[in-house]
Amino acid sequence: MELKGKAICYGDNIDTDVIIPARYLTTSDPAELARHCMEDIDPDFHSKIETGDIIAAGSNFGCGSSREHAPLAIKTAGISCVIAKSFARIFYRNAVNIGLPIIVSDAEIREGDKLSVDLKNGILVNETTGEKANFPAFPAFLQGIIEAGGLMKAMAGGVFR
Amino acid sequence: MSMTMTQKILAAHCGTDSVRAGDMIVADCDLVLGNDITAPVAVNEFEKCGCGRVFDGGKIALVMDHFTPNKDIMAAEQVKKVRDFATDMKVKNYFDVGEMGVEHALLPERGMVTAGDLVIGADSHTCTYGALGAFSTGVGSTDMAAAMASGKVWLRVPEAISAVLTGKPGPYVSGKDVILHLIKQIGVDGALYQSLEFSGDGVAALTVDDRLCICNMAIEAGGKNGIFPVDEQTLAYLKEHGAKEPKVYSADADAKYARTITMDLSKLKPIVAFPHLPENGRTFDEIGEVKIDQAVIGSCTNGRLSDLRDAAKVFKGRKVAKGVRAIIIPATQKIWMDAMHEGLFDIFVEAGCAVSTPTCGPCLGGHMGILARGERCVATTNRNFVGRMGDTQSEVYLSSAAVAAASAVMGKLAAPDMLD
Repeated sequence: MELKGKAICYGDNIDTDVIIPARYLTTSDPAELARHCMEDIDPDFHSKIETGDIIAAGSNFGCGSSREHAPLAIKTAGISCVIAKSFARIFYRNAVNIGLPIIVSDAEIREGDKLSVDLKNGILVNETTGEKANFPAFPAFLQGIIEAGGLMKAMAGGVFR
Repeated sequence: MSMTMTQKILAAHCGTDSVRAGDMIVADCDLVLGNDITAPVAVNEFEKCGCGRVFDGGKIALVMDHFTPNKDIMAAEQVKKVRDFATDMKVKNYFDVGEMGVEHALLPERGMVTAGDLVIGADSHTCTYGALGAFSTGVGSTDMAAAMASGKVWLRVPEAISAVLTGKPGPYVSGKDVILHLIKQIGVDGALYQSLEFSGDGVAALTVDDRLCICNMAIEAGGKNGIFPVDEQTLAYLKEHGAKEPKVYSADADAKYARTITMDLSKLKPIVAFPHLPENGRTFDEIGEVKIDQAVIGSCTNGRLSDLRDAAKVFKGRKVAKGVRAIIIPATQKIWMDAMHEGLFDIFVEAGCAVSTPTCGPCLGGHMGILARGERCVATTNRNFVGRMGDTQSEVYLSSAAVAAASAVMGKLAAPDMLD
């Protein structure tokens, strides 16, 4: 699967409280959560993104609370993929479980760069700079969950048996 | 093959003799936890999958603690959804107002976790129970839904950091100071994907409450879990709280660690984590005059009876500074009642504090003490991220209960030994 979009850049330690503030967690409606995505750190988030855009961040993306509302808000807002130097572990598993593509890469990416991501072959191309980088594949077990379309579907398919 | 304590518990829960770091496993859960924010999402997922019934109504805990007593109509609807689910699925351990407490204080208090257990919870601070010699870790709502249906969770076997504690902590130094010093040393992602395994002669000098607080914040260093060896104190605690028979695991003598950190507890001083990361710890020789507007003493990190006693020692015969709101939140109904019987409430109220019913409340900016633009709060909670307790221009300073109480009295960040 190939994903294409422009980069929306953030720094290190982007926590789930700024991805979706707790004051909005009185709902589990994905559309309502998406409406407030990144609001506390980037009030212009919605005006600058187009469907398919890619978040590119520093280390420890998604640290803090276990709220699955965070990857859900990002996914529903129309972000196709998150690239980070590293992910906090609960965000990482939540993204896998709900089918939000995430990539660990320390490729140099600047705001607005046009990116293309080949998930199957692990290739990230920065079309603006012409740079190409490989990223590691998920462990086979997680690849299975992703290909099934998330954990609940993978479980129905027997991943826990 | 040599294993860490965590790896031994994981191996025992996936029916194998040994596991090694990096293995992907499917493990059996002894307890699956969720709260009023994460469980509604899990219930949605559970209902979509058409599983029909939960794997074991006795091994699920649903604790309505974050926005309770329900702060608004939407919060009430979320709790109702979980309450209906608990009734339909015959989940025994559903805790609502009147018997609930902040989940990670409540479960150990009710003997629901024992040494050797594997616990997952859709709440990042589920790592708290490592203090009791269990493997416990935070997961998401979909993990929770899958585990409620199957009793199972996927895990990547972690490597570990060995944290060797020596010496005895001095006056006014608690578990909170230990973990804030450790996070300052290794950073908020210093233990990413790893276990923090504690050992050393310093362990005996830490109470079970100290250890619960330390493991609670393992996640603030990015850790998968924190875990303490089981000793006489642990066994006495488990017995006192009616926990089931413990299974004691210990790390092999030749277990491999990613790295070893040593910490002399006798050298530690009270510490405050400055905004906006828990790694921004400063001791009082590095803290100038920082005026505060509010103090919060409570949460899954420091809302236990020992924390309230530490605060009461400071507040006794003193007053909260003019212009400061001091909010005390006992973490469970039992802690609330014990504190009342000990006379702590008289001390708090005479000092000018407000005493709340148990709730996570202000810790996550839910309710019961939200900050306005530009306001500062010293809190015994666990996170000081941007906007965590209110306006994005407000600030949270993390400390022990003793420091939070002293700061409330002085009207600025202060250690107890700075009082008259």
